[in-house]
Amino acid sequence: MTATTTAPAPAAAPAGRRPRRRARPATGVLLAVPALLLAAVAALAPSTIARYDPTAMDFAAALQGPSWAHWLGTDESGRDLYSRIVHGTLPALSIGLGAAALAIVSALVLGTAAALGGRVLGGVVAWVIEILFSFPTLLLALLLVAVLGPSAAVSAVAIGVGSAPGYARIVRGQVLSARGSGYVEAATVLGHARARILARHVLPNAVRPLVGIFTLAVAQSVVWASGLAFLGLGVAPPSSEWGALLDAGRPYITTAPWLTLVPGLVITLLALAVTTAGRHLQRFVEKEGS
Amino acid sequence: MTAPTAATAPAAVATAPAAVAARGPVLLRRVARRAVHAVAVLLGSATAAFLAQQALPGDRATAILNTRSGQSGLRTAQELAPVVAQYHLDWPVWRQYADYVLGLLHGDLGRSYQEFRPVRDIIADQFGATLTLTLTAIALAWVISVGWVTATAGRSGPFRAVGEFVDTVTAGIPHYWLGIVLLLVFAQWLGWFPVIGGTGPDGLALPALTLAVPLAGFLGQATRSAFERTLDQPFVLSARLRGLGDGRVRMRHVLRHAVLPGVTLSGWALGATIAGAVVVETVFTRPGIGKVLVTAVGSQDLPVVTGVVVVITAVYVVANLLVDLAYVRIDPRLGDR
Repeated sequence: MTATTTAPAPAAAPAGRRPRRRARPATGVLLAVPALLLAAVAALAPSTIARYDPTAMDFAAALQGPSWAHWLGTDESGRDLYSRIVHGTLPALSIGLGAAALAIVSALVLGTAAALGGRVLGGVVAWVIEILFSFPTLLLALLLVAVLGPSAAVSAVAIGVGSAPGYARIVRGQVLSARGSGYVEAATVLGHARARILARHVLPNAVRPLVGIFTLAVAQSVVWASGLAFLGLGVAPPSSEWGALLDAGRPYITTAPWLTLVPGLVITLLALAVTTAGRHLQRFVEKEGS
Repeated sequence: MTAPTAATAPAAVATAPAAVAARGPVLLRRVARRAVHAVAVLLGSATAAFLAQQALPGDRATAILNTRSGQSGLRTAQELAPVVAQYHLDWPVWRQYADYVLGLLHGDLGRSYQEFRPVRDIIADQFGATLTLTLTAIALAWVISVGWVTATAGRSGPFRAVGEFVDTVTAGIPHYWLGIVLLLVFAQWLGWFPVIGGTGPDGLALPALTLAVPLAGFLGQATRSAFERTLDQPFVLSARLRGLGDGRVRMRHVLRHAVLPGVTLSGWALGATIAGAVVVETVFTRPGIGKVLVTAVGSQDLPVVTGVVVVITAVYVVANLLVDLAYVRIDPRLGDR
């Protein structure tokens, strides 16, 4: 099947030192990759797999359970839940990806500055990271939403800023340990320029172990963003972003439970797929690097 | 990093005889450093809270009136004057900041824009419910993860794989979805618990379980590897040679070592669980500090938002400090560093 991402891994390590790892069939990845491809199609070309217009109302078919006509049932206005979920993929994923990108970039900048910035700058940045890290992610995000007011862009910024300190802390640790390693010492002794050592040795080796964690950031961001929308503090209900769907379905939780169960399941499965793929990617990157 | 404090200076210059009895000062230095750090974090959170209130877009007095009335519009000078006087908006920023921080030291968290009540009272009313919920959830998470890890870690084949898989999946489940599922299954379909439970023991079970399951997954991931490493230790083999059954070896000898990494996480867990309570209280329409926060964020009632944030951060910082000190007691080797 879609083994394109899994195939190179065994090939890259023909004389594998860890045969147990290689022999284990990567069932998780075989499920995760098609799920992610499906999500990508839903995000980029939703009308190819959606079966109805996500905004088309049909009050005669309101609050119907799953059926052949409406695979996942309908909402209070008779809109098709499956089509709404498909069309909600793009907003859900773009907020999540935006937040993760913001978190990762600022974590890399701040973490590297804290590790290599010297006594004064590095110390101050490390201090600020530590203080921000003491705020639980959701609280920092909610503080920003309270100031800026809820919207899609604010969700992405709030979650990105809220989760950056944790990642910055990890980056700082990695850069410090890479800088203190033997190969950097060797390069210094060989007389390489400082910038070259940073670019060639310190940063790649500091970042490589973080690939899995960064993928986790994407999964986490999607979950947080939908959480904000669920609280009514993110994307508002006319949009069919997954968290907004959950929020909109809440009044009908006893009469039409599919309206909340299915979007929540989709968010959970996506997060699981991204995490699984990230773990595999991590293993792959580490084999490439060694 | 290891900024020497006044208390540690004598220890640093001390010679060999003093070094023998250095454990006391080292511990003291560790406590002092953690305390300084905690104070700095609290000051940082107060500053962030103050800045957030300053950063509200537009004229603050107008914004406060708009929040109060729920509609925006231009205000006359007469309308604005009492608000400016009440919140000291005519003071220079540094004076407002000093006033705010000094107020915090006296336990004054400001006054709600909307409810005309001190934020401290609003939070005090609701704090007990949230604390009960989070502490129950953490205890429950420990019971679940210890049981699950003890039963599955280091077993052969499928048991171990299933154990790991369940840890990974549960750790990743969003609270809002798990809450909905539990509500539907146990309250709606099985009818074991009330759908809207209030703050009694009946209403506590499902919200606490919702917070506990993902936390148990995290704790499981942390303890599982330590558990399996401990199983390979010589003292475990010697216990087995003395004829102890597998269950007793796991419960009596291995578990004690395996929970250490989990204990470090407890301070973090308290913060994460209180933050999770924000979501869970909304799912179960349960009163609490999280519900207060969500409502306040929605209406941009910033003194309430920042008040809750400062209080939760304070709880988090104090919990981490206690965990750090407890850890030294549990594992004395750490005190010698």
